[in-house]
Amino acid sequence: MKKINLMEVCGTHTMAIARSGLKKLLPKGVELISGPGCPVCVTPQEDIDRAVKIARREDVIMTTFGDMMRVPGASGSLEDAARDGADVRVVFSPMDSLETAEKHPGKKVVFMGVGFETTSPTVAATVIEARKRKLKNYFVIPGFKLLFPALELLAGSEKLKIDGFICPGHVSVITGSVPYREVADRYRVPCVITGFEDADILKGISRLLRQISAGKSEVEIEYRRAVTEKGNPRARRLLDEVFRPADSAWRGLGNIRSSGLRFRKEYSSFDAGKAFKVKVPRASLPKGCLCGDVLQGYRSPKDCKLFTKKCTPENPIGPCMVSSEGACAAVYKYG
Amino acid sequence: MDKITLAHGNGGKLMHELIERLRLKFSSRILDEMADAAELRVAKSRIAFSTDSYVVKPIFFPGGDIGKLAVCGTVNDVSMKGARPLFISLALVLEEGLEIGVLDRIADSVRKAARKAKVQVVTGDIKVVEKGAADGIFINTSGIGVIEGRASIGVRARPGDVILINGPVADHGMAVLNVRENLGFRSSIKSDCDNLNFQVERCLKASKNISVMRDPTRGGLATALNEIAASSNLGIEVNEKDIPVRRSVKHLCDILGFDPLYVANEGKFVCFVKAKDAPGVKKAMGPSARVIGEVTTGHKKEVRLRTSVGSSRILPTLLSTPLPRIC
Repeated sequence: MKKINLMEVCGTHTMAIARSGLKKLLPKGVELISGPGCPVCVTPQEDIDRAVKIARREDVIMTTFGDMMRVPGASGSLEDAARDGADVRVVFSPMDSLETAEKHPGKKVVFMGVGFETTSPTVAATVIEARKRKLKNYFVIPGFKLLFPALELLAGSEKLKIDGFICPGHVSVITGSVPYREVADRYRVPCVITGFEDADILKGISRLLRQISAGKSEVEIEYRRAVTEKGNPRARRLLDEVFRPADSAWRGLGNIRSSGLRFRKEYSSFDAGKAFKVKVPRASLPKGCLCGDVLQGYRSPKDCKLFTKKCTPENPIGPCMVSSEGACAAVYKYG
Repeated sequence: MDKITLAHGNGGKLMHELIERLRLKFSSRILDEMADAAELRVAKSRIAFSTDSYVVKPIFFPGGDIGKLAVCGTVNDVSMKGARPLFISLALVLEEGLEIGVLDRIADSVRKAARKAKVQVVTGDIKVVEKGAADGIFINTSGIGVIEGRASIGVRARPGDVILINGPVADHGMAVLNVRENLGFRSSIKSDCDNLNFQVERCLKASKNISVMRDPTRGGLATALNEIAASSNLGIEVNEKDIPVRRSVKHLCDILGFDPLYVANEGKFVCFVKAKDAPGVKKAMGPSARVIGEVTTGHKKEVRLRTSVGSSRILPTLLSTPLPRIC
C-alpha cells in the first residue's frame, strides 16, 4: 500500500491532533506530519536576541504574547530578562500594548510581533490607531510571517513528498481560500481548510483522502462556519496599509522570498528595528537540535537525541519544545 | 535555576520540586503523607490540621473574594481528610494604603463563609507592610477539624476504585482570569468557591469504602489525578466526555489556549470509592456529580485520558502555566 503523507501546517492543529490521540486511530499508511505553522517555532533566534537586548534597556517596556517569554536566545529569554529586572509584560491582545504606551508616556513600549496572517492585521490596527492618537512611544518588532510562500516551498519539496495539506482554519479566515489555488494547481497537492474540533480534523483528513484516491487536487473548505472564499478583505487592507512583503528568515527553513513583513515608509517611525539600533551576532541552532528538520517535516521529534533528555518544556533547547503549539511539546506532553 | 519564578507557585512540576526540597528538611511520618491536611493524634482524638495562604488577584471576583476563599480553601483541605472542620485562624498581611472599607467587606465575607461552613474563627493576627511590599491584602488561615468514627481517608487509592467529581471543572480559574486580565469577555462565569464539608460528610455517611478525597485547586484536575496515581503507585483512567465542563468555560479556555483540566477549582472534589458504593456516593455528592473514571493496576503512576474520539493518551501533570496566582 502506498504511504500517504498529510501535513497539518498549523501548530493549533498539531496540538489538537496530539490532544485527541487522533494519530492512533488513522488507517495504516496515513501519516500526519507537523508543519511550520507555529509562529514561535519559526521565529529566528536573531529576532529573539534583538528583543531581549531591547527589553533590557531601562527606558523600555517590552510587551509580547505569553508563548514568546521562554524562547531561549543567545543571552537568555525574555523571561530571564524579566527575572533580572527588565519590564516585560505578557499581553492577551496587541491593543493592550497600545494602552500601556498611552499609560506610560515616559517609556518606550515595544510589541514583539510574531505570527501569521491571523495575528498580524490586529497589530497593523494598533499601529494605525497609534498614529491616530499621535503616540510617539509605541514600537513594533515586525517578526511576522506569510503562510503561502512557505506552503509553496513545502509543496514543491522533492524530499518531503506531501500528498495533501490540512490547511489552517484561522489564517484562512483572513486570507480566504483563493490563495490556496496556486498550491493546488501548480504543485498538484490537494488542500482542505480545516477547523479545530476533533470532528473537523477527521473530516478534513477524509476529504483529503477522497481527493487523493480520485487523483484530484482541489481547494476545499471544511471550516465553512468561519472561512469563506474571499476571507476578510478589511483585515488584509489594514495589513497592506502598514506593511509590505519582504524576504524573511525562518528558523529551520532559512530565507524565504517575500515571506515576511516590513513597515511601509509612511509607518517606519513605529519600526522597533529603526528606533533601536541593536546589533546581534548570527545565530545557529543549538548543537544536536533537530528543530530545523522537524519544522520542515523531514524528521519527527523522537528522532532527536536531545528530545526528553536535555530538551524538556521546563528546559527547552529548541523552539519546537518552547512553544505550547510546537511539534516537540505536543509529543512530549501527549506521547 | 537559582531564583524563584512564578512557575514555582503554579501547582505544576516546579512547585512539586520546591515542596519536596523543603519537605526533606522537616521529614516526619505525619508530613510525609503529604495529604491536604495532616492527621494528628491528640489524647484519644484524631485531629486534621491544615494551613494555606491566599494571594488571589483581584481580591474581589465573580462568585467570591479573598475572604470567602480563605475560609473555604482551608475548610476544604481539612475536609479532604474526612474530618469535620471546627476552628480556623485568620492572619492578615495588609499593604499600607488599603482602604478600611475594603477590609471590612472582606472581614464580613469571612464571617459569612465561616457561618455557612459552621466553623469558628478563634484566633488571628494582623501585620501591616509598607506600600509595595504586598498587594492589598494577603490572608493565611489554618484549620482544625476532628476525624470521627473510623474514616481513614488518605492518599492511596485502590485498584478498581471508581473516581467521581462533584461538578464542572475550571470555573474558578477562568472567572478570576477574566476579571484580572480585563479580558473584556462579558460572561456569566463565576468562581465555584464554596465549602465542601457538608458534601464530604454526606459521602462518608454513604460509604465506608472511600480511599481518597482531593480538591483539585492549583494545577487543576489533571495534576490532582497525577498526584494520586503517584502516591498510590497505580494507574488512573478517565473519560474526556464524562468530565463536566461548562460550555462558557470551555469556550473561554479555547479562545485563550487553556486546557480546562489544568485550571484551578475552589469548590470541587474528587472521590475515590469502591465500585459497589459509587452510586450512593454520587448521590451524596449532589446533582452535578459524575463518574469520570477508575483506578487500574496497569500503567502505574500514569494518568490516561480516553479522548472523545475514542483514542487515548497520557494526561500529564502540569508542566508550566500562563496562569499565575489564581488562589
